[in-house]
Amino acid sequence: MSGPSKYEPKTGIERWLDSRLPIIRFGADLLDYPTPRNLNYWWTFGGILSFCLVAQIVTGIVLAMHYDPSGAGAFISVEQHIMRDVNYGWLIRGIHANGASMFFLAVYLHILRGIYYGSYKTPREVLWLLGCIIYVLMMATAFMGYVLPWGQMSFWGAKVITNLLGAIPVVGPGITTLLWGGFAVDDPTLNRFFSLHYLLPFVIAAVVALHVWALHVPGNNNPTGVAVKSKSDTLAFHPYYTVKDGFAVSLFLILFAVFVFFLPDAFLKTDNMIPANPLVTPPHIVPEWYLLPFYAILRAIPDKLMGVLALGGAIACLFALPWLDTSKVRSMRYRPKARIFFFVWIVAALILGWCGSQEPDGQLFPGVTTFNLIDYDLNSVTWISRFAAIYYFAYFLVITPLLSWREKTLPVPDSLYTPVLSHGAATPAGAVAAAEKKG
Amino acid sequence: MALRLSLAAALACAVAMPAMAATTQVAPKDVHWSFEGPFGMYDQGQLQRGYKVYREVCSSCHSMNMVAFRNLGDKGGPFWNPKYPNPNENPVVKAIAADYQIPDLDSDTGENIKRPGTSADYFPNPYANPIAGKAANGGALPPDMSLLAKAREGGPAYIYSIVTGDNANIPAGLNVPVGKYYDPYIAGDMSAYWTGDPKHVPRGGVIAMPPPLSPGKVQFDDGTKSSLQQEAWDVAAFLEWAADPKMEERKQVGLAAMIFLVLFSGLLWVSYRGVWRNVEH
Repeated sequence: MSGPSKYEPKTGIERWLDSRLPIIRFGADLLDYPTPRNLNYWWTFGGILSFCLVAQIVTGIVLAMHYDPSGAGAFISVEQHIMRDVNYGWLIRGIHANGASMFFLAVYLHILRGIYYGSYKTPREVLWLLGCIIYVLMMATAFMGYVLPWGQMSFWGAKVITNLLGAIPVVGPGITTLLWGGFAVDDPTLNRFFSLHYLLPFVIAAVVALHVWALHVPGNNNPTGVAVKSKSDTLAFHPYYTVKDGFAVSLFLILFAVFVFFLPDAFLKTDNMIPANPLVTPPHIVPEWYLLPFYAILRAIPDKLMGVLALGGAIACLFALPWLDTSKVRSMRYRPKARIFFFVWIVAALILGWCGSQEPDGQLFPGVTTFNLIDYDLNSVTWISRFAAIYYFAYFLVITPLLSWREKTLPVPDSLYTPVLSHGAATPAGAVAAAEKKG
Repeated sequence: MALRLSLAAALACAVAMPAMAATTQVAPKDVHWSFEGPFGMYDQGQLQRGYKVYREVCSSCHSMNMVAFRNLGDKGGPFWNPKYPNPNENPVVKAIAADYQIPDLDSDTGENIKRPGTSADYFPNPYANPIAGKAANGGALPPDMSLLAKAREGGPAYIYSIVTGDNANIPAGLNVPVGKYYDPYIAGDMSAYWTGDPKHVPRGGVIAMPPPLSPGKVQFDDGTKSSLQQEAWDVAAFLEWAADPKMEERKQVGLAAMIFLVLFSGLLWVSYRGVWRNVEH
């Protein structure tokens, strides 16, 4: 869809290089890439996420220069050496630790945008699948990164999560032993987590390259979901979207900076300021906020193996979405019913997140006891998460397929350009095209 | 727009839901600190008084492994003096360090010796090892104080509440075990020690530390009256500094970064409007 390249090598050396490794042409074509002209700010998260990945890798490499991946040294190297003695170590670590939360905030908004506007539908299924793979890799990377400071929550989080894998029949215990490098979470675990935490971001970067490649074959979706039909539907990526993404990244950085400079410990648990101690279990082991909905689903199910399967299934639903939703209309702008169910699903996911942060037997209405059903009182966090989890799965497995089949959708515009003109001023199409050339 | 509104509403719901976990302890006392808010800085006089409380009271049982003597003279620290940008030359820091006896090896014979501290040394541990620490304190090792203010919910206000604690006012009907002290600000479960109405078990838990401070226990050099509250307030502020010694630098850099980012965003917005000026979208 990008059409023939408009790049013309101007100097001798450019011509020489162009016939050997057309890397300048590659970059020029990326900048020139025809992008729908009606993308809104929800489309800026791709740029924001690229920024996050680069920021995490750069700060991570610097932190690795000062970090000691040993049980005796890890906590001291972070809390004493990096935070107190390394020049601007507090800043580098602050960016890296809070950057993980910022990265997930952006990726969740990016995923929600993809679902709302049907960006996973044909011909973008591979683009969507690659995105899901990036998300899973991000969760693995973030989890292992959280273990590295070797505080109480690092240690016990590692223990709880690696123990989950042990529930898998036949191979589970073997995988756990391999991950631990022994028979308990200990020095060898920390060493391999450090190694993998350094490796996975580069795997993510490689999958991001595939993700961008898979984006550039069918081109961007857009808020109407209507395919690009003519050149006048699009604008060159540069300068139109470089400047818009740049502005969005800068706004995002303001939020980022608020956390790094003024609330640096907002996402950290106080227990993680205590060095890891295998003999003292923290009263309340919780993962980071971005994993809480899955943690709630895991705990909602009384059987360990079934819980692990449900946790995996919750993520697998995202992978299957392109084949669960067969509606011909992409954007939920024209799917009023789907929109309502989608917003309820967001609320269910937020409720799950809240449940994940609470004690399983915590009460919604304090002091009210009803009756016990499947291990827990009905007035308990566990039962709230059970209801929310049922909706979470029903949204993917029942509601979405049924809606694709039965829903009455609103009329979809003929082109993505039509609604653009209808809410704008009465500018003749020709004048717009002329302005674009001047641009 | 609908998407934006609904997202905002959903987020508001999530935030508005109160934390409903069973509260087992009383919330820390409401204390005012000079370092609150985005512009709040440490009060150097308070840090010096707090250091004195730490030195004369806390340090006999609590280690502070991550803090070196030189840190006391760092920018933002209790004894920072602009005349000595290198804290190792700060005479107050040197005098404090020299006051301590640091375990070392004799470089000629290899024997265990003690020598006067230097500014590069770290605060020595009051115990030879954690087992010795436990043995000296009825089985409970006093926690290291380097990160204590960050390692407890409530931070310095929690520390203030514990040391000014109401552990003298034990509710009637509560049989506190021998060698332990009841404190309402500590998480715990007192139902096993409660003989009164089982519906009204006092909140709080037990701590092995006897009430550490009392009025007049530490004489402040600047003439501040050493009430129990004053000592507690100052030592809690000092421990906050010990846990977050780079706070002043962080907030100063942060302010500059915020100003830059807001201006930069404005500039990008103007560019964005300029580039898109005549583009219908």
